[in-house]
Amino acid sequence: MESVMVILVGVLVAVATYLILSRNIIRVILGTAILSHAVHLLILTMGSLKQGNVPLLSDSEGPYTDALPQALILTAIVISFAVTAFVLVLAFRTYGTNKTDDLQELRGNADE
Amino acid sequence: MSNLLIAPMIIPIMTAIILVFLRDNVRMQRVISLITMGVIILISGFLLVEVKNNGIMRLDFSGWLPPFGILFVGDAFALLLVLVASIVTAACLIYAFSTIGEAHEKMFFYSFVLLLVAGVNGSFLTGDIFNLFVCFEVMLLASYVLVALGGGKRQLRESLKYVLINVVASWMFLVALAYLYGAVGTLNMAHISMRVAEAGQDPVLTTISLVFLIVFSLKAGLLLFFWLPGSYSVPPTSVAALFAALLTKVGMYALIRTFTLMFPNQPDITHTIIGVMAVITLLAGMAGAMGGRDVKTIATYNVIIGVGFIMIGLAIGNEQALMGAVYYLMHDMVAKALLFLCIGMMVYLTGETIVKNMSGLIRNYPLFGWLYFLGLCALVGIPPLSGFIGKVLIGQGAIAGGDYILLIVGFLSSIAVLYSLLRIFLASFFGETIIVMEDEVPIRKGMMGSLVLLAACVIFLGLGANYIMPFVEAAAAVLVDPSIYIDAVMPQGNE
Amino acid sequence: MKINDVILRTVVKGVVFIILTLGMYLFFAGHNAPGGGFIGGLVLASAVVLLYLAYDIETIQKTMPFDFKKVAAVGVLLATGTALGSVLFDVPFLSHTDGYFDLPLLGETHLTTVTIFEAGVALTVVGVVVTIILSINEEGGE
Repeated sequence: MESVMVILVGVLVAVATYLILSRNIIRVILGTAILSHAVHLLILTMGSLKQGNVPLLSDSEGPYTDALPQALILTAIVISFAVTAFVLVLAFRTYGTNKTDDLQELRGNADE
Repeated sequence: MSNLLIAPMIIPIMTAIILVFLRDNVRMQRVISLITMGVIILISGFLLVEVKNNGIMRLDFSGWLPPFGILFVGDAFALLLVLVASIVTAACLIYAFSTIGEAHEKMFFYSFVLLLVAGVNGSFLTGDIFNLFVCFEVMLLASYVLVALGGGKRQLRESLKYVLINVVASWMFLVALAYLYGAVGTLNMAHISMRVAEAGQDPVLTTISLVFLIVFSLKAGLLLFFWLPGSYSVPPTSVAALFAALLTKVGMYALIRTFTLMFPNQPDITHTIIGVMAVITLLAGMAGAMGGRDVKTIATYNVIIGVGFIMIGLAIGNEQALMGAVYYLMHDMVAKALLFLCIGMMVYLTGETIVKNMSGLIRNYPLFGWLYFLGLCALVGIPPLSGFIGKVLIGQGAIAGGDYILLIVGFLSSIAVLYSLLRIFLASFFGETIIVMEDEVPIRKGMMGSLVLLAACVIFLGLGANYIMPFVEAAAAVLVDPSIYIDAVMPQGNE
Repeated sequence: MKINDVILRTVVKGVVFIILTLGMYLFFAGHNAPGGGFIGGLVLASAVVLLYLAYDIETIQKTMPFDFKKVAAVGVLLATGTALGSVLFDVPFLSHTDGYFDLPLLGETHLTTVTIFEAGVALTVVGVVVTIILSINEEGGE
């Protein structure tokens, strides 16, 4: 199971890399979103995918699953959610003022 | 247990939120944010003295003992940086009062500055590597907003790049965390250190440490500084000064923690790589600083030189060099803030950014001119100012460790700093004055006040070395011997 | 801009209440089942966003005169306030407590301070999400 997950993570990273390297801002942002999903899966996989009981001492008997990766992922999801939302707004504003969504044209030059 | 340890992070957050409700009362916002910074300075000073007298403090959130819970650890290194960061922020706030403008102030400028401080202080104090990630993100989100706030064309363009690069860097941080968790099964920094030492830091762990090196290098501007000049030159002066003083320093703090606490066992590999990176950073920074034509470029490349120099201290890695790195880190925060505020003031006074187009400022503004000169001397490392002690300690460490290449490049960089900053001083401050008396833009009291405050800190860090040295020694002792940190954090007899 | 989509409006009128109820359910379920402040907040926010989609901004702001930035601020204040409250009782930061109380109508109920913390989280999420959606909209933006 772990190896399948890792391959999936690899595919997602490849897709995200392709998107991030494109010239369109929206594609880049989608790329970062996919990148964050890839790493969430990676965290889950690294915490090892075992089946076990809920880690509540009073409610279940061992063996327990490790709840920590899920807590980490939840935190990471919240953060990536906030960042993605902010980047979308920022990209929208940049598009509004610079009148282009092409990163090649957004490069700018040194003599400004 | 000491609940006071959370104060440097939680007080700014709560104040930031309260300021949201005072959106239209700009005056009130200023007063409250300044008082908050004052309170944090007092608290962190108190904590610093406590830590020096009673050893490392820790605070387990909601009582979960390490390694299970999240915790804050206050050692001398972290608290020194919290103290200096808070002082620098207070100075930048004072500068912002008279320059930032109503539009920014109504867009929650002070709230975001306080959130930035909360993130920075949290990053310094945390003892849990995932919590470090969270604090980094708090800091970065605030910095994203600050860099883009009130943006024109160029500012929005540069901030978009800044944000995207940092998003990818944060992603790599998570990748490194995932591998680390898979390899050692814990996130508590002290516990990681124990587990890594038990495993003898095998190649897998060393590789993971190198992923961390890449992440923190991106944040600190060590070798991977390509994003830095663009994004540090677009925001308003007070924000740029805050960034120059705080953001790269947090990255450096993380690097020092990672390679002294968690992965100190393979210095041949990790510390050599850091040394090589530091040398290349210094060379590139020197080229940029000496070749730059406008003041902002020169100032940003000076930030890069500072990063390279501190990382030389980490690469050498003996007690003296680490003491020097800690001292220089504190000095660099204050002096870089002073430099950026001076540069911003020059642009404000003349409306020019090219060095050649300014001239004779010292005739119009003598005090300002000499304050700039003071900052210059401190950055170059002229005794008795603050830069000198750090440089001497790192130099002694290099000689003791036999790292002569690092020594030579490090001190060459001082010459580059001297050349680049002195060029600004000679060209822009001396010579024919270009500003007629009638056209003189008056310097507001607040601007001068913040410069004087920072200059006083620079002088105190130099002359008051006697008072500061015990704290720096305590900080370096923990860095050299991680077992002090581990003993303080991990409960005895509980693996 | 006035949107006039009869089907969407009619559906939204009914669906919004279902979503709001689901959001509240998820919020309270979070204590020892899947759910919680963040998810509940997201669902609640989606209801508000749906209203904005079906009607225009002016109408909604007339009926719901909140500044959503302030909603988020209240949320953070509530969450950090609960966390800080533990300091007053000289227990570590972020400590929570719970207890069983006999309430009229509800009988014996399990109450905990975590719920207040979670309420703060939920309010923050609602405020932030709606603020972001509004600021992408040109007229309602900052």
